[in-house]
Amino acid sequence: MDITLKVNGTPRAVDVDPRMSLLDLLRERLGLIGAKKGCDHGQCGACTVIIDGRRANACLALAVAVDGSEVTTVEGLAEGDDLHPLQEAFIEHDAFQCGYCTPGQLCSAVGMLGEPGPSAVTGDLVVDPDLTPEEIRERMSGNLCRCGAYVNIVSAIGEAAP
Amino acid sequence: MNRIEGRVKVTGLATYAAEYPIESVAYAYPVQSLVAKGRVVRVHDAEAREMPGVLAVLSCADPPRLAEDADPELALFQSGDVAYRGQIVAAVVADTYENARAAAAAVRVEYDPDDHDVTLRTGHPGFYRPDVVNPNYPADTVKGDVEAGLAGAAVSVDVTYSTPVLHNNPMEPHAAMAVWDPEGRLLVYDSTQGASPDRDTIAQTLGLPREDVRVVSRHVGGGFGSKGSTRPHAVLAALAARAAGRPVKIALTRHQMFDVTGYRTPTIQRLRLGADAGGRLTAVEHLAYEQTSTLVEFAEQTATPARVMYATPALRTAHRLVRLDVATPSWMRAPGECPGMYALESAMDELACALGMDPVELRVVNDADAEPESGLPFSSRNLVLCLREGARRFGWRDRDPEPGVRREGEWLVGTGVAASTYPARRRPATAFAFVRDDDYVVQVAAADIGTGARTALTRIAAETLGVAPGRVHLELGDSDLPDAPVAGGSMGTSSWGSAVVRACEELKEDGKEGRADTTDEIKGDAKLARHAFGAQFAEVRVSSVTGEIRVPRLLGVFAAGRIVDGKLARSQFIGGMTMGLGMALMEETLTDEEFGGFLRRDLAQYHVPACADVPHVEAVWLDEQDGELNPMGSKGIGEIGIVGTAAAIGNAVHHATGHRVRELPITPGSILSRF
Repeated sequence: MDITLKVNGTPRAVDVDPRMSLLDLLRERLGLIGAKKGCDHGQCGACTVIIDGRRANACLALAVAVDGSEVTTVEGLAEGDDLHPLQEAFIEHDAFQCGYCTPGQLCSAVGMLGEPGPSAVTGDLVVDPDLTPEEIRERMSGNLCRCGAYVNIVSAIGEAAP
Repeated sequence: MNRIEGRVKVTGLATYAAEYPIESVAYAYPVQSLVAKGRVVRVHDAEAREMPGVLAVLSCADPPRLAEDADPELALFQSGDVAYRGQIVAAVVADTYENARAAAAAVRVEYDPDDHDVTLRTGHPGFYRPDVVNPNYPADTVKGDVEAGLAGAAVSVDVTYSTPVLHNNPMEPHAAMAVWDPEGRLLVYDSTQGASPDRDTIAQTLGLPREDVRVVSRHVGGGFGSKGSTRPHAVLAALAARAAGRPVKIALTRHQMFDVTGYRTPTIQRLRLGADAGGRLTAVEHLAYEQTSTLVEFAEQTATPARVMYATPALRTAHRLVRLDVATPSWMRAPGECPGMYALESAMDELACALGMDPVELRVVNDADAEPESGLPFSSRNLVLCLREGARRFGWRDRDPEPGVRREGEWLVGTGVAASTYPARRRPATAFAFVRDDDYVVQVAAADIGTGARTALTRIAAETLGVAPGRVHLELGDSDLPDAPVAGGSMGTSSWGSAVVRACEELKEDGKEGRADTTDEIKGDAKLARHAFGAQFAEVRVSSVTGEIRVPRLLGVFAAGRIVDGKLARSQFIGGMTMGLGMALMEETLTDEEFGGFLRRDLAQYHVPACADVPHVEAVWLDEQDGELNPMGSKGIGEIGIVGTAAAIGNAVHHATGHRVRELPITPGSILSRF
């Protein structure tokens, strides 16, 4: 099936198998290996990308379902040679070891910082909460890291958050 | 220092095994056994062969030729015998992943099943004593008279603990890409913890000379032992590529990983400890019961830490195995030490409670000045300093020992301590260093599975050469580089680093190049007991309403020789401790008694710690000088972080609630049922 989508600002027209996920489209057809396949079931977050401004698991979206969408992957976060502040902070805080969950953590963090409203750990549901470490941990818990870099991930995001 | 490959990892450019751009690559998808024991009678693959894009179907109906002495876990399709549910019995190769997956689902395999036995249980009639346990320790040891020591003890404990099947679950599923050249040489991009041994095993399995096989693994998405030995996917990729006549990639699914990439054996451990009124041990007995498969004997060295930890006049350790219709257990972070120290350090806490003695002090009075079982002197041992420093930092002095009395609303609060230990070994390795332009190139077939090996070795080379790290270009992750051992047993940095130092020393002398092989140097190492030690402290909060257990604080203090790089080392320690938290509270794979195989084969059911589970993990280390290790003076740090964490948390749960849970994981259900 023919679809068109914008990936990291570039329009792409592809003929896809209707069974193909967005994740496999990125990795196997478009040469964008940044989004990782950790579980293919929406359980680990390694494939997190930003679809039309919202973070999402690329393994749970069929490619045909994102026809016409704008997708940002980890390859699209830096501006040329200038890394995104979150990317810089991840390096500085050693917020990864093997690096396999990292693209998903970064895209998730970018998406998370743009999400207003309370979370499950917010006390006052009416005002937007401060981005405390507890809020970061709660909002980043869809992205597993088996190397156990969580405390460094939280400090990196805390530093890079506007 | 910051990781050298940090930039490629945060920009998504780092290439893991399945991610190299290769023209006209095809995809393999395995078919797994649905019975736990029996024989494949027939493989119905006619329908699959007719499906779109299918290039080949592999099965025992037409066995590809492999070496006769191939590891039975790697001897794919050589016979119809099934040894466990989930074993790979066929595979489909197709032009796309979607086509391969669909065709694999259409392959129907007919079995002649036998009755199976997949359950490790007390009193199993099949228990036997293995000749040795991993890597090459005696299965049993006896020193002194344990019965007399227990009979004469003022206080004793006799307790049995169990730990479940645990799965490594690295974030990157095991993957391989195989490319044959026209001369019959094989290139495999594999997710492996050791390119040299992986190359050797693949060559041996396929009956190829090792010069004809090359393994490349520049980045590896974690392993924790599960990528420490060659796994069937790598052999399958090679066979599939040969059958399809083009390059083939295979990336296992998370579900398939649970079946064919190894796991930590479940254990049942009985501990008997006796002590005099002052807390001095009069006897220690540690018996470990565990499983292996019918294919390969894997004997986890679970009771070996008792041979290292505490001074005692009477010490007995023993291992018993039973062969079950299960996949072969394998390496998982700190095999042996991790489950063994969970039991030993929990029992020490129970002994402290029975004595009415502080658990830190109990460990201090039983510190050993020579290795208890062997009598060998330690190259260095700073367990007591770790305990003292940890107690000071954690605020242990003000602890009320009474269990189950600290309540904050619905939450019961407690703290616990446990010791850590892990052997400090090194293996022979080779390295080559040379001058290129104005810089230095250092080559060693090491693996960076997230440990920071690339960065640590760069730093070691730069320090040896006396130049800035930026002038050293470290090459690893390729079997064409000088042979090196696996990233395992916390031996990576000490083994590879030794070779890097020697090669760089020779380069300095020569001015152009230096080559090293540390085989002879290591043969000359003095006979000493070499171990890292540590102390872990945990605070827990247990809800008296829901049984929920939170861990607001974990502190680890380690004595592991000279720390090569503080930033990387801290990540290793806290990573291990975080995995230990998972072991304590959530990780468990269930075995399906009815159908064989494992249940909870995904990350929605096999819970690993998530960000919200890990609020505060702190790791610090002592400045330990030890000149009997290696040129760096370092002990391995990849595994000790997970050793003792689960015991510290379990001991804290007892302190919080007054209830002793002796089966891991400690879940809300296991706590609530005791309230």
